[in-house]
Amino acid sequence: MSATAELAPKAGRKYEKVLQILDGNRRDRSRLVPILQAVQEEYRYLPEEVMTLVATSLGIPAAKVFGVATFYSHFALAPKGKYVVRVCDGTACHVKGTQDLVDALQARLGLGGSRRTTPDMLFTLETVSCLGACGLAPAMVVNDEVHGQVDAAGACAIVDGICREEGL
Amino acid sequence: MSATVEVDLEGLGAAYRAAEAMQKRRVVICAGTGCMANGAMKVFEALRLEAEAQGIDLAVELDYEHPRPGDGLLTGSGCQGFCQMGPLLSLEPDGIVYCKVRPADVPEIVRTTLLEGRPVERLLYQDPGTGEACRGHHEIPFYARQQRTVLKSCGSLDPENVREYLAQGGYRAAAKAYTAMSPEAVCREILDSGLRGRGGGGFPTGRKWELARVQPGPGKYVVCNGDEGDPGAFMDRAVMEGNPHAVLEGMLIAARAIGADEGYVYVRAEYPLAVARVRRAVRDAEALGILGGDLFGTGLAFRVQVMEGAGAFVCGEETALLASIEGQRGMPMPKPPFPAQSGLNGRPTVINNVETLATIPLILAQGAAAYRALGTPASPGTKTFALTGHVRNTGLIEVPFGTSLRHIVFEVGGGVTGKDGQVAESAFKAVQIGGPSGGCLTREHLDLPMDFDNLTRIGAMVGSGGLVVMNQDTCMVAVARFFMQFTQNESCGKCVPCREGTRQMLALLDDIVEGRATAETLPLLELLARNVKLGSLCGLGKTAPNPVLSTLLHFRAEYEAHVQRKVCPSRVCKALMTPAVDPLLCKGCTLCARKCPVDAISGERKAAHRIDPGKCIRCGACVETCKFNAITGA
Repeated sequence: MSATAELAPKAGRKYEKVLQILDGNRRDRSRLVPILQAVQEEYRYLPEEVMTLVATSLGIPAAKVFGVATFYSHFALAPKGKYVVRVCDGTACHVKGTQDLVDALQARLGLGGSRRTTPDMLFTLETVSCLGACGLAPAMVVNDEVHGQVDAAGACAIVDGICREEGL
Repeated sequence: MSATVEVDLEGLGAAYRAAEAMQKRRVVICAGTGCMANGAMKVFEALRLEAEAQGIDLAVELDYEHPRPGDGLLTGSGCQGFCQMGPLLSLEPDGIVYCKVRPADVPEIVRTTLLEGRPVERLLYQDPGTGEACRGHHEIPFYARQQRTVLKSCGSLDPENVREYLAQGGYRAAAKAYTAMSPEAVCREILDSGLRGRGGGGFPTGRKWELARVQPGPGKYVVCNGDEGDPGAFMDRAVMEGNPHAVLEGMLIAARAIGADEGYVYVRAEYPLAVARVRRAVRDAEALGILGGDLFGTGLAFRVQVMEGAGAFVCGEETALLASIEGQRGMPMPKPPFPAQSGLNGRPTVINNVETLATIPLILAQGAAAYRALGTPASPGTKTFALTGHVRNTGLIEVPFGTSLRHIVFEVGGGVTGKDGQVAESAFKAVQIGGPSGGCLTREHLDLPMDFDNLTRIGAMVGSGGLVVMNQDTCMVAVARFFMQFTQNESCGKCVPCREGTRQMLALLDDIVEGRATAETLPLLELLARNVKLGSLCGLGKTAPNPVLSTLLHFRAEYEAHVQRKVCPSRVCKALMTPAVDPLLCKGCTLCARKCPVDAISGERKAAHRIDPGKCIRCGACVETCKFNAITGA
């Protein structure tokens, strides 16, 4: 508790939103997952100092917060791009050629290996296990917009369209 | 306690029905994830505007308080199932279904159908078998050969309007459970119905409830497991999106049966639309006093919270899911104690799958005996399946237990598609059922009545209900590897057999598909598979070897070809292919030589090219590039 009090004055302004999230969840330890989800919604990832703040405020070890954050695939410990492109690699999409989509997008965005976000922080490319849009296989999602029956050329065209919107 | 105010469900429902009866038509646009991705909401908006422009009184919201005659009600619905033909538009009482509707089609629909009452022929479904246009659901084979009970309202009613659910008799089963039945009687009814959990295990729901009921209260929980993580399955998504109130009603009844006062709906975060619709349903039901305190005038309370998952397949396992709700890493616990004895926060907890809960109101409404009329004696009722892969009609289907695979794939699904996308009788190779926990079914299983026990007996399982059809161009070893990579990735790491076993199994499968396997690989893989199955803590590990064991059982020759001859008979495994140019077909366009990442291809312009096998890394790029099919992979 005392740690929260010390942090609060200087952290107050900078982390006002985080404190709001914590209060909105009644600083309830069992609501750690929803708290981290709300934090990530705000920052688009989980900054280390915010996770420490969350741990202190909930009165739990920072290791526990890191443990939860690294367990679930939705939590990102590094910033993501403005557009998160998630290509579905569920069974239905897989047998209909997800890999071609991923290859084409990697080539188009210059990503691959451990590089998942473009240097200009515009795009992050991920594969997900199933979007539940199997009837539209292969499917991909850009932020929250679902695109169905996408082929390699179509996927690149969607990326090109975003680039045009961004004035690139 | 505040004065008892009983919600007048009948009155609310009747008022809505009366207002709707004054409308000439009901125009329903599928607003499931699939159709929305294909632009359903643009069609919705175009229809609203065009109707307005033509002076047609098409309401998007029914004014049930001041009912007046109108030309129609325009509404969105949950997933209608035939995702591939979306966006889907249906009109009642015309009995018309339009497929692949674009905003540009709207003026013609308004003119021809809404004004003149005739169908727009070109938008009707064409039966590929007969070439004839099908007017409505009963003429489209995909629908006509199903039996939709749980999904019946998914795709007709507006999931964002609680009054539509009430107008169809919604929440009456819950009212009956609270006002006219004892908890024992509710448990008995569900037990008598023979309902088995649709999440994969097939455990009798009534037994689970009875176990939780006899535990001392208060402070029991009902949890809806909507963490549908199986790749290739989306039944629960469709139900949560299409009929969220049925799920809530099922939870209410479960709460009555066991004496719970709190509930959670745990929804997979990859399903944003389902999250939004369930949240809305909870709010609307609370506003009407259907959820909350003093339920149906009994003084009993039941409150529901919606929790979004954070992306962990293992959370579909019930004890892991509970850990996740408690704010922990989603790791399973050994059973017993079962959650029904000691679950969330150490309290008795019933966890049911979405489809199971959506079935409960149907059983209570019609009675256990009537429910048993469908399905088989040991697996009563119907089952929804997500039919996907190499099949003509992909989508969400529902058939009674005991239906044959042949009926599903060839009648409902319209047959198997080959590499060229055309339906061919010979294209069928296998169906993977139950995702990464299930197994494959082959030609010999086509006439097996599908139910929980028959599938378990042959080494597969109903699982959550994903059916992925595979054609002859699918490599079963690569499929097994795909699932193993999935489970290895999703293993939570708590127990050694699963954490290390799946990793080693994946390494062995990599050896097989990349040409490093020896005579010892297959026996080792089988031994390891059995040990992982026996030694793992939870369902994830216990079932992870199933795809490998089942493909080894049915397609051993394919494994042996990879191991002994270093050949992939389906020409999928790129590392086993040695591309060669057919000099008769090669036009010398030089495209392959330019595409080759290691300069292994040489040749003059307009002359046949050659591939240097020493340099070739078998990436397959040239095979894909060649426009003349002059390069073959074997």
